[in-house]
Amino acid sequence: MSEAPGIGRIRVPPRARRGEVVEIRLLIQHPMENGFRRDTLGRAVAKNIIHRLVARYDGREILRAELGSGIAANPYFAFFTRATASGRIEIDWEDDAGVRGSVGAAIEVT
Amino acid sequence: MRRRHFLKVGAGGTAILAVPAAAQQLLPAHDLAPLIMQIAGTSPPRPGRVRIGLPSLAENGNSVPLDLAVDSPMSEADHVRSIHVLAERNPRPLVASFQLGPLAGRAQLSLRIRLAGSQRVVALAVMSDGACWSAETEVVVTSAACLDELSL
Amino acid sequence: MKRAVALALALLAATALAEAPRSGLAYQGEDIRRLQADDFANPAMLWAERGAAAWQQRRGTANKSCADCHGAAEQSMRGVAARLPAWDARLQRVSTLDQRINACTVREQGAAELPPESEPALALQTYLALQSRGMPLRVAVDGPAGPVFYIGRELYRTRIGQMNLACTHCHEQKAGKTLLAEQISQGQPTAWPAYRMDWQAPGSIERRLRACFLGVRAEMPAYRSEDLVALQLYLVWRAQGLALEAPGVRR
Repeated sequence: MSEAPGIGRIRVPPRARRGEVVEIRLLIQHPMENGFRRDTLGRAVAKNIIHRLVARYDGREILRAELGSGIAANPYFAFFTRATASGRIEIDWEDDAGVRGSVGAAIEVT
Repeated sequence: MRRRHFLKVGAGGTAILAVPAAAQQLLPAHDLAPLIMQIAGTSPPRPGRVRIGLPSLAENGNSVPLDLAVDSPMSEADHVRSIHVLAERNPRPLVASFQLGPLAGRAQLSLRIRLAGSQRVVALAVMSDGACWSAETEVVVTSAACLDELSL
Repeated sequence: MKRAVALALALLAATALAEAPRSGLAYQGEDIRRLQADDFANPAMLWAERGAAAWQQRRGTANKSCADCHGAAEQSMRGVAARLPAWDARLQRVSTLDQRINACTVREQGAAELPPESEPALALQTYLALQSRGMPLRVAVDGPAGPVFYIGRELYRTRIGQMNLACTHCHEQKAGKTLLAEQISQGQPTAWPAYRMDWQAPGSIERRLRACFLGVRAEMPAYRSEDLVALQLYLVWRAQGLALEAPGVRR
């Protein structure tokens, strides 16, 4: 789980057969400020987006994303991995303000 | 009498839509060629093997569902190395780049993107043999009928 | 003759259809309907998750959590959000879910008031509204809530702003008609708090109503003002029987 509830959520099937391709779903709370908006006083709102996101399965990279301001606020991703062994799927990310976040889930492979 | 006339116009749409319609000024389309060359290398990408799932009409450009899939066995010998999404009328046309490999098992992704108005969206896939495949689609993005706080 | 009868019947059917209460969800596209049905991908569920954590968190000078008094929200709060706004004997006025959360925060926990639309306020509202999801809206408008109900009904029909429009002109008389690319909804308050694509964030019905005031170029009533509370009471009464969908998703 994430360090603060509601920052991000991950869904992985808790159990899978060896070799099965499973879906990983991810939702993160983040405004993904594109840097083009202004607040009610007309001041520019600084760009702050999650620019990098990496998903690992027992340390091995499944997916690495470089993201731009064209990603919707509160980003959602779904992707796949092949279940090879019981272990953990961990996703971490970093935004332009240097704030990092992570979520993880266990998968049991039989 | 006058009031009645105004109501008709207002509720019928003309008066209310005047502002948001003006607000959806499309940015000029970027020339995607340099970006595509940077991703694909010297040989131009070939159309095929990539599928884009995007609604033909998106209700709100702030969050549009996008599905991407590439025909590939995703084996050690033959897999997708990267997938890229480009939107020609977004202020920054490169929406996202994903690096993946055989561990993904399936070259398929879903995400939600921003689209600054109706435009062409291009997806590229670079394979393990260096070949680049592409697909593109047109999407219409509608604007809100009523002025809202953020459109000010 | 036959055609005239058929036409009259068709008109009658159309009128009846237009009058049957319809959730705002019916006016959304396929993607938004699917997103609302998907408890994982609906971004408002992140706020509900925070609300669940806030429910357990001890706060204020009393160092009490919501759960210390109310126990499990799944039981104690089931159905509550579907019955609000309602007359509050302790506050001696009609109050909303947001106001009740706030009153509890200040009075029972001895903590600072949660500012309107702040993350903690929305998180608790979303979490508590979720406990009544699927339940029919039903508010009491007799007794002490009566006068507030009539104020709300009056506001609903009063022309306001530079466009000189009342709620009823769009959401009753023109409901179902097309405005730009959208169909005008009946303005039923079933989704709130909801994730709104326009805001790229969740928000309360008060934020949504304020946006409507701005839409007709009228002065926006303050958050938690008597006008907004009265309007909410009238709207929920008008939507009676429709199920609460919170947290919904809207354009």
